[in-house]
Amino acid sequence: MSVEYGVGIDIGSTCAKTVVLDGNGDPVWQDLRPTGWSSVETAQAIRLELREKVKIGENVHFVATGYGRVSVPFADKTVTEISCHARGAAALFKTDHLNVIDIGGQDTKVIIIVNGAVSDFAMNDKCSAGTGRFLEVMANTLSVTPAGLCTMAEQGAETRISSLCTVFAESEVINLIGRGTPRENIAWAVVDSIAQKVKTQAGKMTLEAGPLYLTGGLCDFPFVCERLGKAFNREVRTAPEARFAGAFGAALYALAL
Amino acid sequence: MADYVKMWENLGMDLESHDMLCQVLPVAVGDVFMTQENRPKAMDFWDLVISEVHGIRPAELIEEQKKGRKVFGTFCVFVPDEVIIAANGIVTGLCGGSQFWVPGGEAVLPKNTCPLIKASVGARLGRTCPFFRIADVYVGETTCDGKKKAYEILGQDVPMYIMDVPQMKRPKDIVKWKEEIADFAQKVEEITGNKVSVEKLKEAIRIVNEKRKAMKRVYEARKSECLPISGRDALLMTQISFFDDPERCAQMCNRLADELEQRIKDGVSVVPAGTKRILLTGTPLAVPNWKLHNIIETSGAAVVCEEMCTGTRYFENLVDESGETLDDLYMALSERYMKNNCACFTPNPGRIEDIIRLAKEYKADGVIDCSLKFCGLYDIEKKSVAEALKKEGIPVLSLETDYEDSDAGQLRTRIEAFVEMLNG
Repeated sequence: MSVEYGVGIDIGSTCAKTVVLDGNGDPVWQDLRPTGWSSVETAQAIRLELREKVKIGENVHFVATGYGRVSVPFADKTVTEISCHARGAAALFKTDHLNVIDIGGQDTKVIIIVNGAVSDFAMNDKCSAGTGRFLEVMANTLSVTPAGLCTMAEQGAETRISSLCTVFAESEVINLIGRGTPRENIAWAVVDSIAQKVKTQAGKMTLEAGPLYLTGGLCDFPFVCERLGKAFNREVRTAPEARFAGAFGAALYALAL
Repeated sequence: MADYVKMWENLGMDLESHDMLCQVLPVAVGDVFMTQENRPKAMDFWDLVISEVHGIRPAELIEEQKKGRKVFGTFCVFVPDEVIIAANGIVTGLCGGSQFWVPGGEAVLPKNTCPLIKASVGARLGRTCPFFRIADVYVGETTCDGKKKAYEILGQDVPMYIMDVPQMKRPKDIVKWKEEIADFAQKVEEITGNKVSVEKLKEAIRIVNEKRKAMKRVYEARKSECLPISGRDALLMTQISFFDDPERCAQMCNRLADELEQRIKDGVSVVPAGTKRILLTGTPLAVPNWKLHNIIETSGAAVVCEEMCTGTRYFENLVDESGETLDDLYMALSERYMKNNCACFTPNPGRIEDIIRLAKEYKADGVIDCSLKFCGLYDIEKKSVAEALKKEGIPVLSLETDYEDSDAGQLRTRIEAFVEMLNG
């Protein structure tokens, strides 16, 4: 008997994303919530809500992904977020050859997909520069929300932060504030530095031809796409559901179990 | 554990601090080794040695010192053990593979020094490694800038002899290394009071060649599709071989190889059929650094070979035993040691050839190229290694890490994703 539902749960460092697919692979439910301090409790809460809202029965498979994937005790399988984002993005953007940039809360990945399978990937090291966390730290310094920072940046003029390290970059931002640089310009520099960092990360890789597809928490911010496009000199595409690409990929894995 | 407290005290070790080290090691051994199933029985020897790593062998060394023999502590596979053995000296490795020693090293070295150097200096200055305490002389070599400068600190209160390793491999460099070996032999004669004769040197060459052959037999068994030993166990064998008596080492490795060859005949594997096989290349993994092997082998893959100083570079290539003069023998030694493709050489195409050859010989599905943080030499070489492997169609994952556990989660994500990629 084929499964009735495939559930993908992507426990990221900042947000937990869930996608439920029915037996035909059509999405029936998606959920986004803060990961909070306990990945296990968050995962349990998601399952409870699933039982209530989607009325899932026993004939369902769970695949967990994301840095908290080991904290989903009821998962039938764990798959890394690299494979899940690749699979999710390929399905979402309906292509088998693509370059995916996933900017997460703590990690940024560049993934190259050839014939629907991961052929190469790069991930940032311990430093959080070029990730969502970097954006949060800088937004905090400028007393705005991350979304507010990205909107503000659209009005800014070209300004550069040279450091690749979050802590040093923050000092540079404070320095810019001290010199009376307009906030919009600093915001511009912050977003641009994320794009530059991702470009450096992909530097040793051979990208597939065609556009870049952005997934993860920053895909709602058009200015991030714009700066990434400039840094790579390529078109950057994204979609509102791209934030769920990891969970979507995990749900596809779950259906195939 | 036998009571070695008196011995450690006599060695002038910091007992309180050493106790803390003694408490963490068994936990690590338990987590990394004892959780494995179906291990070769012959691993009992290395299990015993690692359980009393600061006891059994140090006690033996001290006994030999009482008979007048001298102990030479070495850091690198370039130091020719044969010369020391020929003069009835004893060679031992020195500690440097644990995060435990890193803060002590950072107290005197810049933070952006490789963890191997920081840990060695920390182990020495913190007086928590018996091998550093026992050694009558340390023998260094000029394989990297960090070590060169660290020797100036290490040599402050123990005699330090440094061999100048050439940076290129032209014929004149082989001659130069031969001369370094001849000079070293004079120093060894001075320290031990024993002559390095043709006869003694030939015998020492034979002993070390036998050790190399025995280690190679174990590695040969790892080439089998039916994998008879885990990467972790093989690594432990290699790591301990730097500290052990060479003849006993050969005997134990041969005993292990006998069992592994039988296992292959009987179809006994430590992993399920189809488990992805990984060749690991890069900087050395000093005992007790098992971090990478442990993550790889608990992520659904198996390490089948290490192209490392704690791996093939330690035992590949034998020394020609046929020379009849000291000059011939020193040249034979130089030729063998200069075949080592350490990243300290420029250019270094031999390492890439080795990696590709070994990946094929060991039927590796993928290569993981990992360097210790702040090792510029190996880090820079990653690019050409990756390009060459891609040309051969061999998937490669490049990593950088240190001895800390804080990046274990991120390393696991990359390694699991790499294994998922290999599984297709």
